[in-house]
Amino acid sequence: MIQIKNLSKAFSGKKILDNMNISLEKGQVLSIVGPSGGGKTTLLRCISGLETMDSGEIWIDEQQVDPTKHQEATSQIGVVFQEFNLFPHLTVLENLMLAPTLVTKKAKEDVEITANQILAKLGLKGKEKQYPFELSGGQKQRVAIARALVMHPKVLCYDEPTSALDPDLRDSIAKTILELKDEGMTQIVVTHDHEFAKKIADQLIEVASIQ
Amino acid sequence: MEIAIKVLPALLEGTKTTLLLFGLTLILSLPLGLFVGVVSTTKIQPIKALIHLYIWVIRGTPLLLQIFFIFYGLPVLSEQFVIDRMPSVVIAFVINYTAYFAEIFRGGIQSISKGQYEGAKVLGLSKWQTARKIVIPQVVKTVMPSIGNEIITLVKDTSLVYVVGLSDLMKAGRIALQRELNIIPLVVVAVIYLALTGIVTIVLKVIEKRFNYYK
Repeated sequence: MIQIKNLSKAFSGKKILDNMNISLEKGQVLSIVGPSGGGKTTLLRCISGLETMDSGEIWIDEQQVDPTKHQEATSQIGVVFQEFNLFPHLTVLENLMLAPTLVTKKAKEDVEITANQILAKLGLKGKEKQYPFELSGGQKQRVAIARALVMHPKVLCYDEPTSALDPDLRDSIAKTILELKDEGMTQIVVTHDHEFAKKIADQLIEVASIQ
Repeated sequence: MEIAIKVLPALLEGTKTTLLLFGLTLILSLPLGLFVGVVSTTKIQPIKALIHLYIWVIRGTPLLLQIFFIFYGLPVLSEQFVIDRMPSVVIAFVINYTAYFAEIFRGGIQSISKGQYEGAKVLGLSKWQTARKIVIPQVVKTVMPSIGNEIITLVKDTSLVYVVGLSDLMKAGRIALQRELNIIPLVVVAVIYLALTGIVTIVLKVIEKRFNYYK
């Protein structure tokens, strides 16, 4: 489970997040909705350590973590970016294998087995040797999810997962999120799409701009 | 044709010097340029300012003047600074080309989107791992066309060294012209330069193609 305690964040004097408290059980999906500029992406960026919090604590499984220390195994927060941020010069399989072999120093053979299993599960079998530019938007997103999953995160975060996709792919990403939920993955989804948020969420938080 | 064949050995001898300077400049200034380019993206202001100054001075003054400074100017300052012809021009060329390459690499590094760094960061890659595995491979592809242009310019810039008395292709051509009182040696010189730039162009095309596996 993940707990966020008293998280506050301001940018140049303007308070974006004020004393936020969130508690999410393992295997639950939290949707964070709100208007653009309302701080929902900032919240996600604080949780995933891309922004430093002004104050607040993050606890995963009863252990306090510092999400900005990405190299420490304890944080284990995976991120699926809005624009996916795949590495264009690496194949799908190389995108997946880079971090486990480089950061967690796992044996290449083992990582490859895990990576192939995850790709197969996400319907990406046969795409291993392809480069990101050869994939559709939906496929790229699933590679981004696979790349996060291969690091065995305890929490998986998504920033606007529907915005870079065709409308008919919205249901497909919802299905993927719910399938991962069934496997016990704790997930946090930032979205401006209320309908989508309701469809996937166990818990829904609205982040409005604080004036 | 007879004259061309007669002057060819001397011109080819000069080509050796041209190629030596070309090769040394490239081998030294490409890695140095990458290094300076990477360092110039630092947030530490004094270092940034120093590199800007260096690039401004070197790009803002003629290479010929820089060669003069090192070969003729420095010895006037002190006898300690008397440097042989070849090392002098190699130093001048490396200082000059490092500045140009650094600017190209800096632009290439800055063209890599923030998302690439963040993608690497959340996966736990260190700064060095991100540079080596994510940034530099993509920068190399981006900068190849600009680097290629500079390399072709370098082939021709080597002809400047005849001013310090080095027997390069250009000087060999001038001597042959004066001895034969004929324009043919200059034509041969042009053909040799064209052959050199032609080979460089082909090699660069091959390298660029090898980076075409992704977009």
